[in-house]
Amino acid sequence: MFDVLMKIFGNKSEKKSGQIAKERLQVVLIHDRASVSPEIMEQLKNDIIAVISKYMDVNKSGMEISLANDADSVALVANIPVHSLHHSRR
Amino acid sequence: MCEIITITSGKGGVGKTTTTANIGVGLAMRGNRVALIDTDTGLRNLDLLLGLENRIMYDLVDVTSGRVPYKKALVRHKRFDSLYLLPTSQIRDKSAVNPEQLVQLCNEMKSDFEFIIIDCPAGIEQGFKTAIAAADCAIVVTMPEIAAVRDADKIIGELGRADKENIKLIVNRIRAQMVEKGDMLDMADINEILSIECIGQVPDDEFVVTSTNKGEPAITMKDSLAGQAYKNIVGRICGESIPFLKPPKEGFFTRLKRLFGML
Ligand SMILES: Nc1ncnc2c1ncn2[C@@H]1O[C@H](COP(=O)(O)OP(=O)(O)O)[C@@H](O)[C@H]1O
Ligand SMILES: [Mg+2]
Repeated sequence: MFDVLMKIFGNKSEKKSGQIAKERLQVVLIHDRASVSPEIMEQLKNDIIAVISKYMDVNKSGMEISLANDADSVALVANIPVHSLHHSRR
Repeated sequence: MCEIITITSGKGGVGKTTTTANIGVGLAMRGNRVALIDTDTGLRNLDLLLGLENRIMYDLVDVTSGRVPYKKALVRHKRFDSLYLLPTSQIRDKSAVNPEQLVQLCNEMKSDFEFIIIDCPAGIEQGFKTAIAAADCAIVVTMPEIAAVRDADKIIGELGRADKENIKLIVNRIRAQMVEKGDMLDMADINEILSIECIGQVPDDEFVVTSTNKGEPAITMKDSLAGQAYKNIVGRICGESIPFLKPPKEGFFTRLKRLFGML
């Protein structure tokens, strides 16, 4: 019965598919407009790994980078799992 | 003065040809001399939507290759006699007409018409480049669906690269009930994402199908909601400021009935 009432009065808590479409579009268009190809993202990823590996032991296969938009700005988000910090400096 | 308008979209099947036929008829109903050029070479459709398929003698490729003057290839509409169609070839492909040829043709035709409306093929390859080459204005048609909006964005980018600054948007096949439930991108979303001037919001309408069946665009049918939306678009193209149609709102009882399977 509660379900039925929720349906009649409109359930506000669950995200609607129109809103999901909008958010997915906003992200995909950042890529499209910047015309960042998957190859370039892959190169960027490898370069970032190379730089960071100088200082830390990172999990290369676990790394993810992506473009994301929060509010009205675009960010390059990198998630780089670290195994351990290098003790000695080079 | 002649205005050359290209109807484009990127994605196929969103309603470019339907839009071209309706705007063409609408402008002619207002007394303008209008030429419609079908550039979807190999996939000829505009003739069918206008009910002119049995009267074609020559086509666009015959004209651009110099075999016949364009006036010989134009097909005049039976009912709206200031409306003409320049059909394209059904047997050639998109590479049969290049951008320079279409620009030259439009320059020749300009003095005879108030409007030249060009129906563009899907895609961003040569057919698209040819179709936009002569345009003073590009109308991008999209649908409230994620892939169609993405392709519209891509086309807007391509138009910018081709130095086309006058770009307008038409959103076709809006389903008010889905929008109301939050299950379809709404106009605010699409305007925010694409941020170009919107000149039309066309509902999804069975009249479009029945009118296509008969070869008489929906704009000629007074009960068609899509037809009314196309009339408003034509008014806006002519410089009038017309408010957008309010979608019929689904009330509480309709929602209740739908819930209990009565609709
Ligand atoms: N507003 C609408 N309501 C219902 N059906 C539509 C509407 N607009 C277009 N259609 C249908 O969608 C299909 C594709 O339209 P069409 O104009 O041929 O698209 P395009 O030229 O972009 O490929 C056709 O079957 C047409 O009847
Ligand atoms: Mg078409």
